[in-house]
Amino acid sequence: MTHLWHVYCNVWDGLSAQELSNTVEPTDVKNPEYFHKVVDCQYACPAHTPVPEYIRLIAAQRYTDAYMINWESNVFPGVLGRTCDRPCEPACRRGRVEEEPVAICRLKRVAADNKDSIADRLPSIPTEKNGKRIALIGAGPASLTVARDLMPLGYSIDIFDNQFAGGGMMRSQIPSFRLPISVLDEEVNYILDMGVVTTFDTEITSLKSVLDQGYDAVFVGTGAPRGKLLNLPGLEEAGDSVHVGIEWLSSVAFEHVEKIGKKVLVLGGGNTAMDCCRTSRRLGGEDVRVVVRSPFADMKASPWEKEDAMHEGIPIYDNHVPKEIVVEDGVMKGMLFEKVEAHYDEDGKRSLLPTGEDLVFMEADDVLMAIGQENAFPWIERDIGIEFDKWDMPVVDKTTFQSTNEKVFFGGDAAFGPENVITAVAHGHQAAVSIDLFCRGESTQNRPAPFTNLVSQKMGIHEWSYANAVADDERYIVPLAPMDQALKNRMVEVELGFDTDTGFKEAERCLNCDVQTVFEESRCIECDACVDICPTDCITFTENGEEEELRTRLSAPARNLEQDLYVSETLPTGRVMVKDEDVCLHCGLCAERCPTTAWDMQKFLYNVTKAGQEVA
Amino acid sequence: MSYQQPKFRHPSLPVNDLGYTRADYEGAISTLCAGCGHDSISGSIVRACHELSLEPHKIAKLSGIGCSSKSPTYFLGKSHGFNSVHGRMPSVVTGAAMANRDLLYLGVSGDGDTASIGMGQFAHAIRRNLNMVYIVMNNGCYGLTKGQDSATADEGSASKKGDPNPFGAIDLPGLALQLGATFVARSFSGDKEQLVPLIKAAMSHRGFALIDVVSPCVTFNNNSASTKSYEFVREHAEATGTVDFVPMREEITTSYEPGHSQEVTMHDGSVLRLRKMAEDLDPFDRGSAMMALEASRSSGQILTGLIYMDKDSADLHEVLNTSRRPLNTLAEEDLCPGDKVLQNINQSLR
Ligand SMILES: Cc1cc2nc3c(=O)[nH]c(=O)nc-3n(C[C@H](O)[C@H](O)[C@H](O)COP(=O)(O)OP(=O)(O)OC[C@H]3O[C@@H](n4cnc5c(N)ncnc54)[C@H](O)[C@@H]3O)c2cc1C
Ligand SMILES: Cc1ncc(C[n+]2csc(CCOP(=O)(O)OP(=O)(O)O)c2C)c(N)n1
Ligand code: SF4
Ligand code: SF4
Ligand code: SF4
Ligand SMILES: [Mg+2]
Repeated sequence: MTHLWHVYCNVWDGLSAQELSNTVEPTDVKNPEYFHKVVDCQYACPAHTPVPEYIRLIAAQRYTDAYMINWESNVFPGVLGRTCDRPCEPACRRGRVEEEPVAICRLKRVAADNKDSIADRLPSIPTEKNGKRIALIGAGPASLTVARDLMPLGYSIDIFDNQFAGGGMMRSQIPSFRLPISVLDEEVNYILDMGVVTTFDTEITSLKSVLDQGYDAVFVGTGAPRGKLLNLPGLEEAGDSVHVGIEWLSSVAFEHVEKIGKKVLVLGGGNTAMDCCRTSRRLGGEDVRVVVRSPFADMKASPWEKEDAMHEGIPIYDNHVPKEIVVEDGVMKGMLFEKVEAHYDEDGKRSLLPTGEDLVFMEADDVLMAIGQENAFPWIERDIGIEFDKWDMPVVDKTTFQSTNEKVFFGGDAAFGPENVITAVAHGHQAAVSIDLFCRGESTQNRPAPFTNLVSQKMGIHEWSYANAVADDERYIVPLAPMDQALKNRMVEVELGFDTDTGFKEAERCLNCDVQTVFEESRCIECDACVDICPTDCITFTENGEEEELRTRLSAPARNLEQDLYVSETLPTGRVMVKDEDVCLHCGLCAERCPTTAWDMQKFLYNVTKAGQEVA
Repeated sequence: MSYQQPKFRHPSLPVNDLGYTRADYEGAISTLCAGCGHDSISGSIVRACHELSLEPHKIAKLSGIGCSSKSPTYFLGKSHGFNSVHGRMPSVVTGAAMANRDLLYLGVSGDGDTASIGMGQFAHAIRRNLNMVYIVMNNGCYGLTKGQDSATADEGSASKKGDPNPFGAIDLPGLALQLGATFVARSFSGDKEQLVPLIKAAMSHRGFALIDVVSPCVTFNNNSASTKSYEFVREHAEATGTVDFVPMREEITTSYEPGHSQEVTMHDGSVLRLRKMAEDLDPFDRGSAMMALEASRSSGQILTGLIYMDKDSADLHEVLNTSRRPLNTLAEEDLCPGDKVLQNINQSLR
């Protein structure tokens, strides 16, 4: 008779010996990147903000602590809590077990709105400087982050910007109805008040002249400041009825423009188009339309930005390709569009084919073109050791942000083209690490490791130091100011933010993905209790195999290839424990059910490398 | 402390023919000790019922007293349930089954509930070939009352705080075979691959189906001197072969070399495929089954898998020629057919 554990042949039957030898290696949870990746939101955040950590602090009403965690990693919690592109939210695990992710971004705002003074928590700035001088060109979020990281280390920093105050596009582009100036000023000033020497209203026209001033390093954070115009028939004749979106927005922000015609066409499908149309509504535009070439679903704008625009009575006409600006007797009358249909080939490549219908005419008093931004470096001499590529972009190292002139670093939109604030901040942190290493005479490639920590959350037999029960609540909606008031004045903030009660409830939706399930194979008696209790079928005890094949025979198929399998060493029965990280709720039930504490819930903290950290 | 399971489930949980996921067959969160084998058996029952696409309201789960007998709370939350008195589950099933043959009767018991106080009831349910599945969650002790040796504890086995047991064990499959049981199997809580198809087969069997499931009590009887511990059972279990259960609706596609496998069509049309069966066992021959059990026992092993099955079993309803319709669907004219019918009966007795 066969021994029971050899009767598992069911699964072995179809496998050749060759396949059996290709088994998944046991997971090395000591590698900081393994658990880092499990914390989906933090991993997706360009600056790797420890999201669940600050969300728990919000739930505990420790708003100032929550704010400081944010401030350390993303520098502008108040700004980002209102305007972030939130790459964390599509990554949020909650969105894989139900409809909507946690409102991570708006929780950040709860921390910012409810914090106490942070004056006594800001880093102290050495009065004795380290003798190194750094120039930052452009005062957007990238440069400000570099300043924030280097000032506490004793660097002397000069910042230059052609605007009258710091903040870059956060000031010139993001409209006040999304980001009140007071919030921006506060967070920009935390940094400038560290003793940064500012030179505003000053255009830098020669990088060479800056380098010649003997700086130890120069950081270029000048963004992607150039807007584009569509060269259509009638463009010239239309004169100043046609505007470049980003130029127009900054003219509004700086109060050079106060009104617009009643009928406005906004061309483009990105977030800039959404800000242009919503601003138009506040400056007198009554019939404001967004017209975009692509299908609605393919538009670049974030879904919530589109929703906000439509909510304000702005229709979006998709599949309309602009053809001509119609001008009669020197006066712009409107525009002609060709209707198209999107066709996708086998590779998913899109082509927009005309439907053959008549051209569509839309009336307009003003046209705003929001069709993209470009970098422009006319002020950087091409003979100072900075290599430019065939797209006329500087060659910049993706890790160190150093250019081919070792003294010159790039970051933010200036480095690799337009992105967003949080990316600019992430670049700023890494550039600061490089500048610090460089100024200390070390290699910029040899970067200190991130800080990590893993601590058990066990308090008692079935008690954890985090709220392990999973709240059922659906995502809470942020209340808005009444629309008639909001549309009257571009300075009125549309979103009111969560109150603290709603903030608590939304915070409770967080699954605490940083509280890791840690498996200790030597303790496991293979009783299956964890397999049985796990609500989302994460755990399987089975024979090892090739990953692709192994993924098909787990308690539930592991089809999300972006999520890792946690595989143990071989257990006494010859099997391995395989945990699919994909939809683990971090509920701790496996650890509660395990009779031998082979599972434990341990909080994993991951802080990205910061300037000033020693190389291990 | 978690008092309830989160409501979220794996988004790609398979859906059965009724449109239900496994979650629809779950019960309340278990209050048994962490790691108790009984919970794994509950998990296997959930899996089997889901995969068989059983309608939850067509199942009745009945039990006696014990940790094992508590477990029906933790599975099939949408089915009928009856938690009876210690050792009295079989008579409650008998009554229920006689009244309504349309339900699937799942009795859950413990080794104490069955082999001590309930022994008489157990024996007679078998003798009558009551149409039910009888699962014994066998941990060799009285778990609920803190781990005293039960009548299935092996001689010499010692529980966590106990002395070696001086008495011989009652072997429930052996006893059942002798009493004329028509389906006898043994399994291990820690082996779902084996247990789930056995539960499905037992549910398709017409008549009394016993599955004795060794189910370690982690708290009182999972120590190294116990023969009902996870480790001991893993090391000493041997299987009669592999049982695959193919429900009636599914087409049989794979073919196996003759000799290695054997297929049996159950009365409801589903198919049992026995693979890699031990050469010295004919599971359709009671004598052979008894010999195999004894051979395994005397060599210190625990025989698991399908041990015996009577393919032509006739259950109690057939034997007694009971009403095809549940009694609660019979109206007054069925129950009191009137004077004329009575006259006819009387006539026939003259
Ligand atoms: C309309 C619009 C809306 C946006 N909304 C959002 C949003 O909601 N959320 C979000 O995350 N991102 C948003 N962005 C993108 C975001 O503003 C930028 O990605 C981000 O500000 C880039 O930061 P930066 O530090 O690289 O440069 P910038 O913020 O662009 O700052 C560069 C600064 O350098 C100055 N400068 C440039 N050249 C010179 C020179 N030669 N001499 C002196 N000064 C110079 C510029 O005037 C500017 O002040 C938006 C962008 C636009 C256009
Ligand atoms: C009539 C009666 N006698 C005794 C008891 C006490 N009692 C409760 S559970 C139990 C034994 C249970 O053992 P078992 O059936 O093996 O269940 P387990 O807890 O081990 O799963 C006993 C003797 C009782 N409840 N009722
Ligand atoms: S914490 Fe454990 S029980 Fe909970 S979902 Fe994750 S693996 Fe499953
Ligand atoms: S509950 Fe614990 S001992 Fe049991 S199988 Fe899971 S990890 Fe192993
Ligand atoms: S006492 Fe034993 S049988 Fe009862 S729940 Fe605990 S482990 Fe299971
Ligand atoms: Mg027992």
